[in-house]
Amino acid sequence: MKLSESVACPDCDLLQHIPAVGPGRKAACARCGRILVKRPTGSRDLPLALTIAAAIALIVAFTLPLMELHVVGRFASATIPGAAFQMWVAGQYVVGVLVLFCAVVAPAGFVLIMLILLLAARRTPVPHWAAEMLRWVGHLQVWSMLEVVMLGVLVSLTKIAQLASVDPGIGMYAFGATILLIPAIVTNVDKHELWQRVEWNAGELPAPVAGDARAPR
Amino acid sequence: MTTPVLTAARAGLVSCESCHLVSRPVSAEEPGFCSRCGEKLEIRRRGSIATTWALAIAAAICYIPANVLPVLNTITPQGSDDDTIMAGVIYLYTSGSWPLALMVLIASVMIPLGKLVSIAYLLISVQRGSVKSSRERTRLYRIVVIIGRWSMLDVFVDTFTVAMVQLQPLMSVEPGPGVLFFAAVVVLTMLAAESFDPRLIWDSATPNEGAHA
Repeated sequence: MKLSESVACPDCDLLQHIPAVGPGRKAACARCGRILVKRPTGSRDLPLALTIAAAIALIVAFTLPLMELHVVGRFASATIPGAAFQMWVAGQYVVGVLVLFCAVVAPAGFVLIMLILLLAARRTPVPHWAAEMLRWVGHLQVWSMLEVVMLGVLVSLTKIAQLASVDPGIGMYAFGATILLIPAIVTNVDKHELWQRVEWNAGELPAPVAGDARAPR
Repeated sequence: MTTPVLTAARAGLVSCESCHLVSRPVSAEEPGFCSRCGEKLEIRRRGSIATTWALAIAAAICYIPANVLPVLNTITPQGSDDDTIMAGVIYLYTSGSWPLALMVLIASVMIPLGKLVSIAYLLISVQRGSVKSSRERTRLYRIVVIIGRWSMLDVFVDTFTVAMVQLQPLMSVEPGPGVLFFAAVVVLTMLAAESFDPRLIWDSATPNEGAHA
């Protein structure tokens, strides 16, 4: 497949022609250095496999306790959605909703939409609604903060460990797997190639601008 | 200026912010929607400078109560004890985990402050039409976008501390009003970074005759 095209740099708007970028290579803006295209080396099935693994790990991470606390015969445990709920109960509604969004809704949405998108991408041509999903994935990625949540859990664990004995739960291991899998999905999805294969919303295509902006289907 | 460079705006074209397809706008005022992905097209993000200033100023205002008000309130039978973000850092430091103390200090105090200063610098330099070190300023913008999420750290630390330490009547931890302001600082600075259009940095170097009007 030919992947050469004209693009405008998202950071500096410089119009430039990108030569065909092979797998494992990237192209940067000639003026500001922003990476314009970065293509992964792995097979097209790899991101789908990673996404399925992430979906399973995410379910475990959200339902099983992240940590368990023992102090003078008392026992307490926390899950991620449970922690957000506790904030709500304590009267910090906005913070509770924000934590739920950044730690649960955004990552779960990201994985779910990615799963649907990658399954849709196995069809030729890629259905036009996949474009909508690809757009959403980008927005959700910004607010999905699992790696920050992980660090937050570790810091609070250290703080509490001064008072009581704290053990990581099974959820913690699944959580660790998820925060490795999500960046692996991001780097292995060939967004550039997906955008080129997606069927357009409008049906009839406008004339390509400045050279061959569109790859042949 | 050395050689005239061709930007999409100058060529009368618009690049989709979502799928990066370059297309011809319907008109300069109302560019329409991307024909590939349906995203609303904008030659430059609308009202970028004003929106970014508003969000950054709001974040700067929230930064004060975020640091002064307590984020956690520890209740024991002996009484209750309020902790601000700095008190949390000092607690981590004195309890022997200085790497964590440093991490929380960087994430909750220095990153938000650094982001506010950086955004203000980017805005002022764009408004003054600066053409110097555009490449470095673009890099600064990218760092601000990437690093922003990490200041949520303290919000998560507080959330999990509150969730875990519910051992009534022995000891319990409740969130304080500072958490709300702190979360507001993080979200507002993230939105400010999102609303800033980095292409404005380069526009002073490449005046777009006609295309931008």
